[in-house]
This record gives sequence, structure tokens and C-alpha cells, in this order.
Amino acid sequence: MAAVATTTPPVRVRRRPSVGRIAAWTVMGAIVLVTLLPFYWILRTALSANPALAAHPGDPLPVDFTLGGFERALGLQSTAEAIAQGGAGGGLKFWRYLLNSVFVSTLITVCQVFFSAMAAYAFARLRWRGRDKVFALFLAGLMVPSIFTLLPNFVLIKQLGLVDSLLGIALPTMFMTPFAVFFLRQFFMNIPREVEEAALLDGAGKIRVFFKVMLPMASTPILTLGVLTYITSWNDYFWPLMVSYSDSSRVLTVALAIFRAQTPQSGYDWSGLMAATLIAALPMLVLFACFARRIVSSIGFTGIK
Amino acid sequence: MTIASSSPPPSLPLRGAEGAPTTPTARGARTREDGGDGRLAALFVAPAMLGFLVFLLWPTLRGIYLSFTRYNLLTPAEWVGLDNYVRMVNDPIFWNSLWVTVEYVVINIGVQTVAALAIAVLLQRLSQSAVLRGIVLAPYLLSNVVAGIVFLWILDTQLGIGNEIIGALGFDHIPFLADEHWAIPTIALINVWRHVGYTALLLFAGLQAIPNDMYEAAKVDGAGEWRMFWRITLPLLRPVLAVVLIMTVIGSFQVFDTVAVTTQGGPANATNVLQFYLYGAAFGRFQFGYASAMSVALLVVLTAITIIQYRLTRAGRTDLG
Repeated sequence: MAAVATTTPPVRVRRRPSVGRIAAWTVMGAIVLVTLLPFYWILRTALSANPALAAHPGDPLPVDFTLGGFERALGLQSTAEAIAQGGAGGGLKFWRYLLNSVFVSTLITVCQVFFSAMAAYAFARLRWRGRDKVFALFLAGLMVPSIFTLLPNFVLIKQLGLVDSLLGIALPTMFMTPFAVFFLRQFFMNIPREVEEAALLDGAGKIRVFFKVMLPMASTPILTLGVLTYITSWNDYFWPLMVSYSDSSRVLTVALAIFRAQTPQSGYDWSGLMAATLIAALPMLVLFACFARRIVSSIGFTGIK
Repeated sequence: MTIASSSPPPSLPLRGAEGAPTTPTARGARTREDGGDGRLAALFVAPAMLGFLVFLLWPTLRGIYLSFTRYNLLTPAEWVGLDNYVRMVNDPIFWNSLWVTVEYVVINIGVQTVAALAIAVLLQRLSQSAVLRGIVLAPYLLSNVVAGIVFLWILDTQLGIGNEIIGALGFDHIPFLADEHWAIPTIALINVWRHVGYTALLLFAGLQAIPNDMYEAAKVDGAGEWRMFWRITLPLLRPVLAVVLIMTVIGSFQVFDTVAVTTQGGPANATNVLQFYLYGAAFGRFQFGYASAMSVALLVVLTAITIIQYRLTRAGRTDLG
């Protein structure tokens, strides 16, 4: 960034912006617009009333402003009220699904990142027989598309009696993904050996070195990996759809798809649907906003996901 | 626990004391490193290994096995040899699904790669703003389900703002997700919207590795941005582009969520992508054997494509330095 600012050519460019540069900024502006407009449209629709939406489909502002959509999505309205406003009778048990999503995503993220970091450390820094062969085996796992393991994993989860449970949703990705191990190993290998050896000379054991030296030094990649894992598991739909059948294990994505399928014959409850999507997406938007700066700059290293 | 407490002793001073006096220190240190961490390593790798064996390796083998059986979850799997594969080859809906999926992947990856490349170059050459990168990444934070529902609304034939704009421009409304010719391109573009920013950031990171002086030198020689893109950016980005392409193609073949919330495979199987058909076979008709055979087919197709792509793009080699 600094390099761009300090070289001389930009000064010349700034004095007389070229046609190409203006065109490039126009394209960039269009991209930002296309990226962000759907977000605005979610909000605008969520704050509108259904009959007014049908009457003024092109109005850029919320029409007949109401919070009814959010009330329906959160299940705060009575059935009669909901139907009167163009919604379906059964709302979302939102808090339940939110809690399920938080539980599953947190369990997967914490365990997966921690166990993968342990394995990555063993692959990067410990000496043991067969290390490279085992690592090659893990890497080969990177080549198996997740779709392929889903059906047999479902059979396994069923045999374990964990169908329709949160643990059943979390279990397959709780211990590792080849990607997480591969990614963290790269980072551990780049930490200078001297740092580790200094700690060892001070009498620290390797377990201590792992917790007190390696983990803190890799905090940014671990954070990035963690947030990406959280987003991925939060947004996952196919696997939870297979495993969960009832409210007790239903996560937000699955609930949302059901809410969409419940729409009354007369037409979609767009206001309620958009309110629900907004609520489902909000935690990720907030999470991202908190860490955006660090994640955006280190996402390159994460590469290949 | 016992393993943990036994490991601290092998630190440097202790080892030196118990090592045979005849061995020079260098070799002594090496022996320590070769064998000394075995038990600790076992402890550290154990959880990941458990996950790998139980939820990755075992299901892969089991999936292949199940594809040779008739299995409905309730009664034990029954070996039927190649029956599922014979049935698959003769199943017109399977071929339709494969074809629809390929059409989706071609549009999705084609548009997404070009757009992501353009965004990455713009981000690099125009502005290095982190805010801009954050904005570009925003759609990736939504789930496919959310993106699908949002565009179902935006592209609604009667009331969608997308069709309002098209109408205002003087064209007829387009039944994007209800017409069999429009449905697949529409779904492909919805997923471009969601994933293009993430892909762009991966490429952007690859661009950062290209030394800035190359652009400076080219500029001195009088090269314009367009020329620099073809002569510097694209050739040097090739290895990163190749890996990103391989990964996004694999992801793209597994499209399911968007179809499930928008078209449900319709109209008339026009969007019945492979994964959706497979899901129906397994969970709608409880033909787990047949569904497994189809996922083996997909695995074979993906492996073949990956190998071809790897060869064609020389992904393993770099032109830099």
C-alpha cells in the first residue's frame, strides 16, 4: 500500500485522470452497486407490508412501513394476525433455530480448528516415524468432494443413533478437515525455529511450546480460519437438511427453506421472508464486521478453500 | 495424560547427559529428533486422525461399496453387483441431470472467473482499499439459501424489482426461474453473485505476489494497462488462477442449495441438477444404493476434470522468478 502511495507516477495520474481510469472507476462503482443493492432490497422489503408491495413493486423506499414481517419471522404474531397480513400460520421458532445454529457452528469451529492445529503442529514440527506418509494421506483427503462422503456419513450417523441431534450435525466436521490441517501446517512451518528452541532451552516442554508459543504466533491465520469455518458451517444447508427432522435440531438455513415452502397459496409472504433472511444473515454480518480488517488482509493466505 | 507427563524430560540438557558419550552431539541430537516425539505426536494427531478415518476415509470406501448394493436404510444392504450402474446408464433422467449440471458449471465458472479476475485487477491497480474488499466479500457471508430466496424475490416475474427495471426499459418481463431456458443460467448467475467476491480476493492475493517493479518497468517502456494485463498479470497469475479454477469447478459441480429453495428441479427437470436428483433418490425414494452409484459417477467425473485441468494449466509450475 505504501509503495503505491510513494511512487511518483500516481501524482501525474491524479493531475489528469485518464479516460481509462474514469472508465475503470465506473466499472468498480457498478460492481459495488450490484453487490450491495440486494442487501438494501432485503431491508426495504422486510419493512414493507405485503399488500403495498404488490401495489408498488418498483418503489425504492419501504411501502406502508411496518415491522409485521419481523414479527411473523420471529413468531410473535398470532396465527390469525399472520394470515391477515399475508403470512403463513406457522412462524419460525426463531430463537430455537438461532440457538441451534450458534451451538452447531461454535462446536464445529472450536473443535475443528483446535484439533487441526494440534495435528498441524505434529506435522510441521514434531519428528515421528511415518509423518510424511500420514500427511500425504491427509492431503489426498482434500481431493474427495464433500458430496461423496455425505450419504455414507448419514448412514453412519443413523447407526450411531444421532439422527435429528445437534451432535449428529456437528460430528463429521468436528475433528478436522484436510484443508484446515494443510493450511495451519503452512503457518507453523514458517514460524522461525529459533523461537521454539529458545522456549525449549528455557525448560518448556513441547506441549507448553505449542500453547504458549505456536498458537499465539499463529493467531491471525487461526482467527481467519475460525471465522471462515464459522461462516461455512453457519451457511451449510445440505448436511443439516439430511440429519435434522424436528425443531430440536433444526438450524436456521433449514428453517428458512421450510418457511419459504410454507408460503400460502395466494402468494409469497415476501415481507416475512425477507425479514427472516435478514435475521438469519445478521449474525454473520456482525461477526464479519468485527474482524473484517484482519480477515480481508489474510484471506489470500487461506487460499484454496 | 500419562503420555503428556512423560514427554517433558526429553529436553536438551537431560538428553545430553543420558546420550552415549561416544556419539558426537550432532548425531545425538538427530536421534532425539527422530524418535523422541513419537508418543507426543500420537497424542497430537489422534483427534484429527479419528475424524479422518471415521468421517472421511471410511465413508469414501463405504460409499463405493454401497454403490454395488440395494439399500433402503431399513434392511441390510444387499449385494447386486453392477445393477445400479446398468440402471444409471439407461436412466434418461440421470443423463439429463448430468447435462444440466454441466451447463450450470460452464455458465457459473465462465462468468465467475472472468468477473473475479476483473474485480481482482481493479482492486489491485485502482485502489488497495480494505473497505472495498470488504464490500466485495459481503455476499459470501449470506448462505446459498438466503441468496436463493432473495433473488427469487428480486427476479419474481410479476413483482420483482429486476423485472420492474426490465419493464421500465421497455422490455417484456422475463420469467427467470419459471422458464426452462432461463432457469439454469439464472441460478448460475445467482451463485456468481454470492461467490465472485471470495474468488476475487483469492486472485487478489495472488496478484499481490507479483513484484510491483515489473509494472514500473513496463510503464517506463510505454506499456498501457491493457498490455500489462496480458503480458504481466495473466501469465504470472496462472498458477494461482489454475488452483482457484480447480477448486471452484469442484464446488460448482455440487450445486444443490439454490436449486432446492428456488426451482425444486423444475420446470420439467430443467434444473434437476445431479445433486438434487441424487438427494431425491436417497431421501425421497430411499434408493441409497442407486444414489451412491451416482455419487461415484460424480466422483469419477470430478477426478477426471481435475486431472485434465491440472495438466492443461500446468498448475504446479510457476513462471515467476
